[in-house]
Amino acid sequence: MTTHYLVLSALLFTIGGIGVLVRRNAIVVFMSVELMLNSCNLAFVAFSRMHGNLDGQLMAFFVMVVAAAEVVVGLAIIVTIFRTRRSASVDDANLLKY
Amino acid sequence: MISAPTIEYLEIAPLLLVFGAAIIGVLVEAFAPRHLRSAFHIPLTLLAIAGAFVLTVLLAVDKTRTVAVMGALAIDGTTLFLWGTILVLAFISVLLMNDEGQFVAQAAAVPGSAEEQEAVLEGQAQTEVYPLALFAIGGMLIFPASNDLLMLFVALEVMSLPLYLLCGLARRRRLLSQEAAVKYFLLGAFSSGFLLYGIAMLYGYAGSLDLAKISAALGTVSGMDPLLVLGTALLGVGMLFKIGAAPFQAWKPDVYQGAPTPVTALMASGTLVAAFGALLRVFWVALGNLDWDWSPILWGVAILTMVIGVILAITQTDIKRMLAYSSIAHAGFLLTAFVATGGPEQNRVALSSILFYLAAYGVTTVGAFAVVTMVRDTGGEAGHLSRWAGLGKRSPILAGVFAFFLLAFAGIPLTSGFLGKYAVFQAAVAGGATPLVIVGVVTSAIAAFFYARVIVLMFFSEPAADGPVIAAPTVGTALVVALAATVTVVLGVLPQPMLDLAGAAARSLFVY
Repeated sequence: MTTHYLVLSALLFTIGGIGVLVRRNAIVVFMSVELMLNSCNLAFVAFSRMHGNLDGQLMAFFVMVVAAAEVVVGLAIIVTIFRTRRSASVDDANLLKY
Repeated sequence: MISAPTIEYLEIAPLLLVFGAAIIGVLVEAFAPRHLRSAFHIPLTLLAIAGAFVLTVLLAVDKTRTVAVMGALAIDGTTLFLWGTILVLAFISVLLMNDEGQFVAQAAAVPGSAEEQEAVLEGQAQTEVYPLALFAIGGMLIFPASNDLLMLFVALEVMSLPLYLLCGLARRRRLLSQEAAVKYFLLGAFSSGFLLYGIAMLYGYAGSLDLAKISAALGTVSGMDPLLVLGTALLGVGMLFKIGAAPFQAWKPDVYQGAPTPVTALMASGTLVAAFGALLRVFWVALGNLDWDWSPILWGVAILTMVIGVILAITQTDIKRMLAYSSIAHAGFLLTAFVATGGPEQNRVALSSILFYLAAYGVTTVGAFAVVTMVRDTGGEAGHLSRWAGLGKRSPILAGVFAFFLLAFAGIPLTSGFLGKYAVFQAAVAGGATPLVIVGVVTSAIAAFFYARVIVLMFFSEPAADGPVIAAPTVGTALVVALAATVTVVLGVLPQPMLDLAGAAARSLFVY
């Protein structure tokens, strides 16, 4: 049974990872990162059930808290750069290079 | 029947002090009138860091070697040495922050807008930087001490999230600063996703997040090797990103260049020390019996890091970017001792050499960035290397000190950098990583070229007519430069006390 959850978790993680790499909008990139974190949560909970201990569920709660804190920080940064440049595209942020 | 958790308040007192001060700092932001805030923050922040340092020293004098808070934190010699180092680096970085003109007047105001003008004229300041820095420093303290993977992840985020924000708060060149914050944030979050998935896989393999239990599971669990390999690899990606090892180094130059220079100093020193400590603990404690599997890959990473660091540093024209690539190369030099594991005696030698290197390199780095804050153009710091031409004729003392820091980075004898490099290379040779040391020595020679190029530029070319102004240093900045120069000399000429300290810290290796 655990395998099914793990396959789903790996799929979500991959979708998230590809999303980060191919999407242009910083908000969507960030959403993809959140998807990766949530796929980790699914894996933690599935392993927790498999091993019969609660460490994994505990970890999932901490990940949720951290993800919430990350949203606060991330949206603040993305909104600031959007207000400056009128664009949230990660391709437009190209002043720092080489 | 649930038994109450035990918390060793005495052993974790430095952490409690730093986080307590950070929370008080947030309350000051909420309740103190605006003009009084920095008067509260500066003493509070500096006293908290100094107090935490004193507590750390007391713990070290007591020879505390214990696992605290239900196995979540390991307070051992390595932890205490790294805590002391991080707190010193944090103290001098905060002294640099305490310089007007580094941080934005109002972060929410669009650059170049009327609101920004108004905020500047009113003399507003984003004093939140002090509590944010304290939270980041607290995270840096937990990170190398974390004895289970839950703590490791939380510490990583507590350290990183405030730094993402601090990166975006530069007063000048705000577009660059905001861009650095976005890049650091997105890449940092991406890498922590990998780290977390790695933790999930290791948990699935071992059934526990505790480093010691994972290590024990290596001998008993069979048939789940894919989870173990995947977990180790993904965890490694997440942690190598934080130390800026190739091929995960791309964020470092951009972020170091865009961030306010005091924040760059804190990141380049404190974050590297903390992340390297955590990397050591995870790979040597939890995955130590697996070194046959991970060490060949880390050999490759070390070689790539050294080579990419020095080759790209040659092509740089911005002083902060050049120092960023030099920091990448130094992470590579450190990795040579990291992979040279063996018996306990060899591990002790390698660990103590890494500890000495981290302390020596960290202080020199903060000193170098402190000098960078003082060389200014009309639009802020004079970042472009061509603006540094002839600095030695204009301000011989400053240029001399900076040249000395560069020589320490290059590893010239009679500087701390030489002994640090000598120690890690010696440990690497003893651990059978001679090819890595050969690459290390060759790349050091290439690195000496671009450090020397800056020195030649400063002393042997004519200053431009409209060259940069040397800002009169604040007391804090002058203190930082003087302290960093002194430490660099003392560790280069009389290194024995510090080497003994690192040796004593490494003697018991890791407690778990």
